[in-house]
Amino acid sequence: MPANRFNGFTEYGVGIGLRVPHYQHILSRKPVVDWFEIISENYMIDGGRPLEILDRILEQYRVVQHGVSMYFGSADPLNREHLKRLKQLVRRTKTPWLSDHLCWGSVDGRYTHDLLPMPYTWEAVKVTAEKIRQVQDFTEVPVVVENVSSYAEFHVSEMTEWEFLTEVVEAADCGILLDVNNIYVSSQNHSFDPFTYVNHVPAERVAQIHIAGHSKFEKYILDTHDHPVLPAVWKLYARAIERCGPTATLLEWDDRIPSFDEVHDEALKANEFLQAVTPKAKADAAQPELQGAAR
Amino acid sequence: MSQLLDIQRRMAAAVMHPLTKAETMPRRRSDGKLNNAEAESFIKPNDRLTSFERLEIYNRQYWFRLYDSFEDDFPGLLAIVGRAKFDALMRAYLTERPSESFTLRNLGSHLEAWLGAHPEMTAPHTVLALDMARLEWAHIEAFDSAADPLLNEDELIAINENSQLRLQPYLRLLSLQYPVDDLLIDLRNEDGSSDSSSNNASIARRRKHVRRVAAVAPEQIWLAVHRHQNSVYYKRLQREEYRLLESLLNGRPLGEALDYAFTGSEIPEEERSSFLQQAFSTWAVLGWFTK
Ligand SMILES: [Fe+2]
Repeated sequence: MPANRFNGFTEYGVGIGLRVPHYQHILSRKPVVDWFEIISENYMIDGGRPLEILDRILEQYRVVQHGVSMYFGSADPLNREHLKRLKQLVRRTKTPWLSDHLCWGSVDGRYTHDLLPMPYTWEAVKVTAEKIRQVQDFTEVPVVVENVSSYAEFHVSEMTEWEFLTEVVEAADCGILLDVNNIYVSSQNHSFDPFTYVNHVPAERVAQIHIAGHSKFEKYILDTHDHPVLPAVWKLYARAIERCGPTATLLEWDDRIPSFDEVHDEALKANEFLQAVTPKAKADAAQPELQGAAR
Repeated sequence: MSQLLDIQRRMAAAVMHPLTKAETMPRRRSDGKLNNAEAESFIKPNDRLTSFERLEIYNRQYWFRLYDSFEDDFPGLLAIVGRAKFDALMRAYLTERPSESFTLRNLGSHLEAWLGAHPEMTAPHTVLALDMARLEWAHIEAFDSAADPLLNEDELIAINENSQLRLQPYLRLLSLQYPVDDLLIDLRNEDGSSDSSSNNASIARRRKHVRRVAAVAPEQIWLAVHRHQNSVYYKRLQREEYRLLESLLNGRPLGEALDYAFTGSEIPEEERSSFLQQAFSTWAVLGWFTK
């Protein structure tokens, strides 16, 4: 299942987000990393150092693009300039898939630069799915949408978040970037069982998984990406890959960024869980039963 | 109107509205609306947070993110006007000119014009502050604008007075009344506009600690803000060099640009040809002439 039409039939393992403080380390030490995720917007420029670094990374590593401002859920139409630059970058990176968030963030041409929560309505399903299709058609690469952390819910919502996600990806016929940290954060903020969410997601559409750390406050949890992954999130991750198979996994660390090795080591913890769900591990696990049966 | 659009407009109006001095969401907005009633009308409360408090999380996130990005881009302006004035002008500017771009990189694109129209925000250092803002914006532009292929040797030799020379898209020219280049070099680290787009939330506002600049004496300078091996540099120009490049950037043929460059010049006629030779060879080495 992990290689599917939503991730360009790739079998990527564990990657980390490419961040400026690690540039030097990566270029000089050339560590073995399965893949890097870049924030598209940081490279949708005309020239200069960011693109030079990106090109050097691309010579040695596989790179997947992750966007933060396409705002599929905004009622505003898509920004043509944004689409054009995104497509240029897609040609440069040859990303096998392209992700952005299931959220909104701009209205009447004004940008909040935040990932704002959707009202879970049928109208929003329609608007969002249509825009995802447009981006997919324009960029000619599979688009996958990521669930966000949220701190508010709307009176007008007609369904749960996981129902909304499912309706959108089915209407758009696109993939999912399942962020298990975001599910956990939202489950605490909105008092639902995060496993209900993970169990409901159409597993065959999951192209990639995000893991990350968060910060807990007295009354809510904030998606800060400045900590190691918490045990509760690893549990959710384990359940997600149990359902989806060994899926491309990426650790996000965006603030108070420690050394490259520290970030990479934290990401590689995912391998323990992934190995448990690879076909070989499953076969090995089944082995004792078979032996028992033969006896 | 669609329900989705209506909710997004209402939420954006609250989220993009300035915070109070204590960096909380105001009870009453400048449009007269009460945020409590607004929030309750479209956001559900939960067992721990009221509708107001949930909306406030987004209001604060919005401003913290913008402040962070703006401070990263304009540390020199902050050093000139000081923290209190900087906070006030940042809030006013970002309220009047909210982002209309998908990237935070363009947050300061209207700052020069805005500061020009609001001298009271930077008084008594109005000219110095404006010069610094212009240099900081030029730095951002020089950092990641396009670089075009260079003219080759033969093309350089073939240049004559009718040639319309093209210059690098990243090159920015500034005529300034204060030597803000020296100030900024001390303040700014090399990496230009930071890696500003991310998708996380921040716990609190991060304030840069920038030491206040002492009094600076005015001095007319001309600057080329350019890029070499992908690092941004500030190169001082002579008046004639500045006028020549400015004229070329405006698309004038070389002959006309030269006339303009030397109008009112104190460089004696007999020294002009060697002056030009020197200037052109430097610019060619820096890769400013493009196809
Ligand atoms: Fe994520």
